[in-house]
Amino acid sequence: MSEPVKNTALFVLVFAMIALTGFMQSWNVALLILNMGLISAIMALGVNLQWGFAGLFNVGVMGFVALGGLAVVLTSAAPVEGAWSAGGWRIVIALLAGAGTIVGTVMVRQRMAVGRARNIATIAILVGGFFLYRGIFDPGVEAVEAINPALQGNLGGLNLPVLLAWPMGGLLAAGVAWLIGKTALGLRSDYLAIATLGIAEIIIAVMKNEDWLARGVKNVVGLDRPVPYEIDLQNSSSFINRAEGLGMDVATASSIFVKLNYSVLFAVVLVLIFVMAQLALKSPWGRMMRAIRDNEVAAEAMGKDVTNRHLQIFVLGSAICGIGGAMMTTLDGQLTPGTYQPLRYTFLIWVMVIVGGSGNNLGAVLGGFLIWFLWVQVEPMGLWLMQMITSGMAEGSGLKKHLIDSAAHMRLLTMGVILLLVLRFSPRGLIPEK
Amino acid sequence: MDFLNAIVALSNFVIIPAIAYGSQLALGALGVTLIYGILRFSNFAHGDTMAFGAMLAVLITWWFQSMGISFGVLPTALLALPFAILGTMALMLITDRVVYRFYREQKAKPVILVIVSMGVMFIMNGLVRFIIGPNDQKFADGERFIISVREFKAMTGLKEGLAIKTTQGITVVVAIICVVLLFWFLNRTRTGKSMRAYSDNEDLALLSGINPERVVMYTWLIVAALATTAGVLYGLDKSFKPFVYFQLLLPIFASAIVGGLGSPLGAIAGGFVIAFSEVTITYAWKKVLKYLMPESLEPSSLVQLLSTDYKFAVSFVILIVVLLFKPTGLFKGKSV
Repeated sequence: MSEPVKNTALFVLVFAMIALTGFMQSWNVALLILNMGLISAIMALGVNLQWGFAGLFNVGVMGFVALGGLAVVLTSAAPVEGAWSAGGWRIVIALLAGAGTIVGTVMVRQRMAVGRARNIATIAILVGGFFLYRGIFDPGVEAVEAINPALQGNLGGLNLPVLLAWPMGGLLAAGVAWLIGKTALGLRSDYLAIATLGIAEIIIAVMKNEDWLARGVKNVVGLDRPVPYEIDLQNSSSFINRAEGLGMDVATASSIFVKLNYSVLFAVVLVLIFVMAQLALKSPWGRMMRAIRDNEVAAEAMGKDVTNRHLQIFVLGSAICGIGGAMMTTLDGQLTPGTYQPLRYTFLIWVMVIVGGSGNNLGAVLGGFLIWFLWVQVEPMGLWLMQMITSGMAEGSGLKKHLIDSAAHMRLLTMGVILLLVLRFSPRGLIPEK
Repeated sequence: MDFLNAIVALSNFVIIPAIAYGSQLALGALGVTLIYGILRFSNFAHGDTMAFGAMLAVLITWWFQSMGISFGVLPTALLALPFAILGTMALMLITDRVVYRFYREQKAKPVILVIVSMGVMFIMNGLVRFIIGPNDQKFADGERFIISVREFKAMTGLKEGLAIKTTQGITVVVAIICVVLLFWFLNRTRTGKSMRAYSDNEDLALLSGINPERVVMYTWLIVAALATTAGVLYGLDKSFKPFVYFQLLLPIFASAIVGGLGSPLGAIAGGFVIAFSEVTITYAWKKVLKYLMPESLEPSSLVQLLSTDYKFAVSFVILIVVLLFKPTGLFKGKSV
């Protein structure tokens, strides 16, 4: 079987499985899988850029996804009245003071001669800067969080159209990735992995605790949508006529229509990013990246700036994850920092890339759809399997109840088994790198 | 008097919890560092190995409790610990046989092994959730305190109380026993010496006739024992929750790296460095300062440098600082 035929067959297979879900369960479920699959494919493209192209081991994907979600609130939410005058500017000044402290420390360390004087100056600036920062910061936060705490208590956003939040999510993630890359990219692969793992946890901790930013664990709900609301469709006579013309129930038709709108939007973004990634891979820049990945020393000897190229691709890949995160939060319509878990948002994306084929953009996209489909569908399959296994057992037996209740946890097990099987028997993934 | 009160408050809220937490981290970090030294990769599944071992201990403890077996004033979990260790050892050997050995024979790059350990992490995490569920489980029994606040106050007449939980005492004692045994094994026995030789220089060790598979097997056995012990001690001290063990991965790795990956002594030191920094930076110092400062200078705020939710940030910052300024860690670990 030639390669294009095999790849097409793989994609047809995945979409056929999603379509089968539509026929057997419901089209709502199928479209939900499709939409999240599109988003997963985008995130997988981001990780593939870092790992497949450049061999950077980033396990902080969750952090960038969450930053994308944060960008949705900061861009599209309405500003909270009075928050900026109450303490918003104070917070901004405090953050600037904090940043100034760090810049000052770095400058002192660069300018002064090595010795005790430099160490004392470093510590003095850091300690002084910290208390200055907290001194300005705390009252501002208190003032902002005191505004209508049951519903608001945060700064709010810029009230811009929600579609703008997607590129903003990318920009925010890129900015943070640049800061991280500047400090951590010099580390070797294992250390970089642990550093990024930690950074993701810290980003989530900040989002959970800094209520003034996006209400922390109190969540922001009711975010703007780029598509019409179901309830408006159900009340519009033209939509009702059309739904009845197709012989569909109006409520179902409206929710399917909304999801289809999302699918189209997400597909456009996915295609755009995919084409760009593909062009980048085939360009001299992409070849240089792979040369650096395969042999850093040789590439450096050829005059390539390894550190800067790594920084570049780290920022780009993280930005794509941020865009994916922003799209996901838009789809959910709410930002819930408490739900970000590394297994789901970092390691699952990694499974997608490895299973699909690292270094191949088409593979990453396939992995995104396939693994997301399995992640959703393993649960009902597991339940069905458990019911089959336990069907012979006595009613009301403790083991039977336990097995059926635990079926929901089958998905982690399955993902691990899939990852290990692919790594062992097809280490280059379903669609290998050319 | 005020000075004594300050010291008691400090011990109660900072020193004793940090020592207990540090011992738990040190045991965890020892496992990570041994795997890094011998098998040469960072094992992402370590947190979930701890969870698995602790889960076995919880199940066996419940079984013992249902049969009416107890350990007097000490928690029953200590009786269950040896059996849990055996179970975890079996799991580790099976995992090595089924998963890791293939890549060792292929001489795969360390980063591939890290990805493989991610797969193992998924499976173990799934197993633990499948068997015991994702919820909190309490399994500590026996006497709760060695010294309770009220007893201490009555004994000394001080205003501040000092409490030492049994679990904290046990943690420290068991950790010391483990470390002594481990160092005796590594320094005095033939197998231990061959492990160190293998870790120092693989080729030389092979030339001198050391059987690598045997070294690897012993490493997994020791790691299983350390991980289970660390997991059970942590679970006794706090409570058993599968997800928390996964999150412990970060401070454990930080401890191992700060001490110097591959160096057992460094892992212990690193564990305490991380634990003490986490606790001191997230502790509200008002209580201690109140005794030490003259009344006019008494702090009005809590004097808490960072909220407790940022404890990960503390281990992380230490990790980064050490990596940037002393990449081999405090005790000259490997830096390949």
